[in-house]
Amino acid sequence: MHFMPIISTLRRHRTAAALIVLEIALTCAIVSNAVFLISDRMSQMDRPSGLVEDEIVRVKIAGIGTGKVDANALTVQDLVALRAIPGVKSVAQTNMISFGGSSWNTSISTAPDDPNPSINAGMFMGSVDLLETLGVRIIAGRDFTPDEYVDFESAQAGKVHPASIIITRGVAERLFPGKSPVGQLVYVWGKDSSTVVGVIDTLARPNKFQGTEGLQFAMVLPVTMPYTIGGNYVLRVDPARRDTVIAAIQGTLDRVDPNRIVLERKPFSEIRKSFFKDDRAMAYLLLGVSIALLIITALGVVGLASFWVQQRTRQIGIRRALGASRRDILRYFQTENFILATLGIVIGMALAYAINLWLMHKYQVGRLPAEFLPIGALLLWMLGQVAVLGPALRASMIPPAIATRSL
Amino acid sequence: MFAYYLDLARRSFARNVALTVLMVFAIAFGVGASMTTLTVLHVLAADPIPGKSGDLYYVQLDPHKAAEKPGDPPNQMTRADAEALIRAHRADHQAMMTGGEAAIEPERAGLQPFFADARWTSNEFFPMFRVPFVAGGGWTAEDDTHAARVAVIARPLADKLFGSTEVVGKWLRVAGTPLRIVGVIDTWSPTPHFYDLHTDVFGKAEQVFVPFSTSRELKMPHSGSMDCWGDAPVPDQEAVGAPCDWIQFWVELDSAAKASAYHDFLVHYSENEKLAGRYERPPNVRLSDVMTWLDTNEVVPKDARLQTWVALGFLLVCLINTVGLLLTKFLRRSVELGVRRALGASKRSIFVQLMVEAGSIGLAGGILGLGLAWLGLFAVRHQPTDYAELAHLDLPMLAGTFGLAVVASVLAGLLPAWRACQVAPALQLKSH
Repeated sequence: MHFMPIISTLRRHRTAAALIVLEIALTCAIVSNAVFLISDRMSQMDRPSGLVEDEIVRVKIAGIGTGKVDANALTVQDLVALRAIPGVKSVAQTNMISFGGSSWNTSISTAPDDPNPSINAGMFMGSVDLLETLGVRIIAGRDFTPDEYVDFESAQAGKVHPASIIITRGVAERLFPGKSPVGQLVYVWGKDSSTVVGVIDTLARPNKFQGTEGLQFAMVLPVTMPYTIGGNYVLRVDPARRDTVIAAIQGTLDRVDPNRIVLERKPFSEIRKSFFKDDRAMAYLLLGVSIALLIITALGVVGLASFWVQQRTRQIGIRRALGASRRDILRYFQTENFILATLGIVIGMALAYAINLWLMHKYQVGRLPAEFLPIGALLLWMLGQVAVLGPALRASMIPPAIATRSL
Repeated sequence: MFAYYLDLARRSFARNVALTVLMVFAIAFGVGASMTTLTVLHVLAADPIPGKSGDLYYVQLDPHKAAEKPGDPPNQMTRADAEALIRAHRADHQAMMTGGEAAIEPERAGLQPFFADARWTSNEFFPMFRVPFVAGGGWTAEDDTHAARVAVIARPLADKLFGSTEVVGKWLRVAGTPLRIVGVIDTWSPTPHFYDLHTDVFGKAEQVFVPFSTSRELKMPHSGSMDCWGDAPVPDQEAVGAPCDWIQFWVELDSAAKASAYHDFLVHYSENEKLAGRYERPPNVRLSDVMTWLDTNEVVPKDARLQTWVALGFLLVCLINTVGLLLTKFLRRSVELGVRRALGASKRSIFVQLMVEAGSIGLAGGILGLGLAWLGLFAVRHQPTDYAELAHLDLPMLAGTFGLAVVASVLAGLLPAWRACQVAPALQLKSH
């Protein structure tokens, strides 16, 4: 194929050619960034919580009127009653749950009285079976033993202190880089230290209080509290019987004491869904815009190519009369489109990089990985070839006899 | 002449319907997407209390430890500082507040107990934020000092509990304690929820308002965020002396002079607290008016801004597409235009003729784009985002959509029309 005649033709249609190149460049730039953002959001949405998600049900509960009953005793009764629902494997009381929204946080440090502690982490507390119920994976050390648990109100008053603590891998790597965290001392609550007895792989924080990075920082303390303070029960259930368990929760708790309000009883899947709703909405929007952009650009290519075919009818006829095959004509328009698309893609890649730099600066987006650029390029080359095929085929059908006619 | 140009444009459209439809749709989609996201942004960045937002200031003090890294004062205030500033009463109006949950026990048969969003605050909240009452009014400063058992409720709650808004003097049972209703608030829900950004920022205003002092005596649960510092465990984090910040404090100062005087007063207050040994740091105070406070806290979600840029990028591609298509369309008519020029039409009249054609495409695109923006906002309202139900097209945005479409298409028409009216009449006639 000879490029020179195509290029010299394009030179004579500089404005139109420049416009289509610009359009392809912008589309390439926006679509590569959009595809990157979509994949970024999707990986956010798949972020592990560390929980056995399909088995978890969360119950939020609050009392009406305070001080009338012994909330600690009621909490124990609630746990026993919930455990007895058929299909429930394990149940625990807690102060918060991964991706659940509201959170308890505190700073954690390797030195006492540290005025500028290195990290702030989510502070999970709850009853004896909490880690077992959540199904988190302990990668070093052990779970708490029953005698390590202390009561929240006594700890708050400074009468007792949780001597043990379990931290996530994120916290361990930050506080003890290169060291084994088990057995180390940390300071989280007052002047007394707590010994790290275990490390969990992942236990995601309830919210992005400290950005996406901060989601990995969490700790678990062996501190029990009544439902009036903690507000949450977690159930680990047989997934097949999840819905019947959820249906039975309200009645079960009412039988223990009707003077409370069950604010929420949801499978974990719903908690995850609502936590990532904005990311999902953004991914869909970007997907929609990308598809629309590609369609518009394809139609632009079709429009311009059709015009050029029509304009060059006579020229094509002459070429055919001089011996060019249909295939040559087809190739001509395909090559022309390929040249335009390549120009657009080259400019588009530079533009994509510039847009990414700007997004990194303004919206804390990550760096566009190099592998997204060829995806954009390939997409636009294919798009251009598909779009030009119709007009190019029409051009190849022009009979040589046209050359002898006056238009 | 204009009518003639319009007729010419109509004929030109009829000659190539597909291309015309393509151009109209390209503009419509670009305009529709841009206006949808711009409207969302416009709603989210709106002034929640127009006309007064410049006179209302959020107050920040810094009671943190000297050993901590210096920086911005904490976002909220301690109970001790808030109560001291209320007593000092140096501003035109001032109010301390925190979010809460009221456990309501209805007397009406058939209604189960439920929780309602509440605000524990002080009496000047109502005049300061121009809260409209349908019956009764706020409580008095004495009610605050004596922790009176009173409450103000919102219209929807009055309707739900009593089926009427004529309920001043009736009793509302909250967490086992009867509170006398002194006022009913008419529909009022400033968006964003500027006075407390620690609860749902784009959520609705509270249903129950109770004096802060009363809420503490009755130990009603507070909601929002609380940050405690120091290394001793804090047995009662809500106590007056606790090293915990959890209170929002607003003042109304209707002139720059008053604002600067109040700032001086806060510096003075901080110095005194430091002398008394309660503060450890040099005065670090801040007064932010409503819009500054919303900005500092980045209330408008970053995603909403990003979406707007995506949509504007989309519009740009749609416009370039239209420029390209108009150019080919106009140049295709070089012969016709050459004939018109040869018969005496000036360049200017050719240019005007082509601009009328481009403008009509823009107008059509604008009307269609408006419909698409309306559909887009309908889709946004059915998204599960926090601000979904706020996304409505208002008059300025409606006019904006139209303006954008016409300006966009005129811009798109300029280059092709200018290129096309350059045709040399002789050249076009010669070849035929």
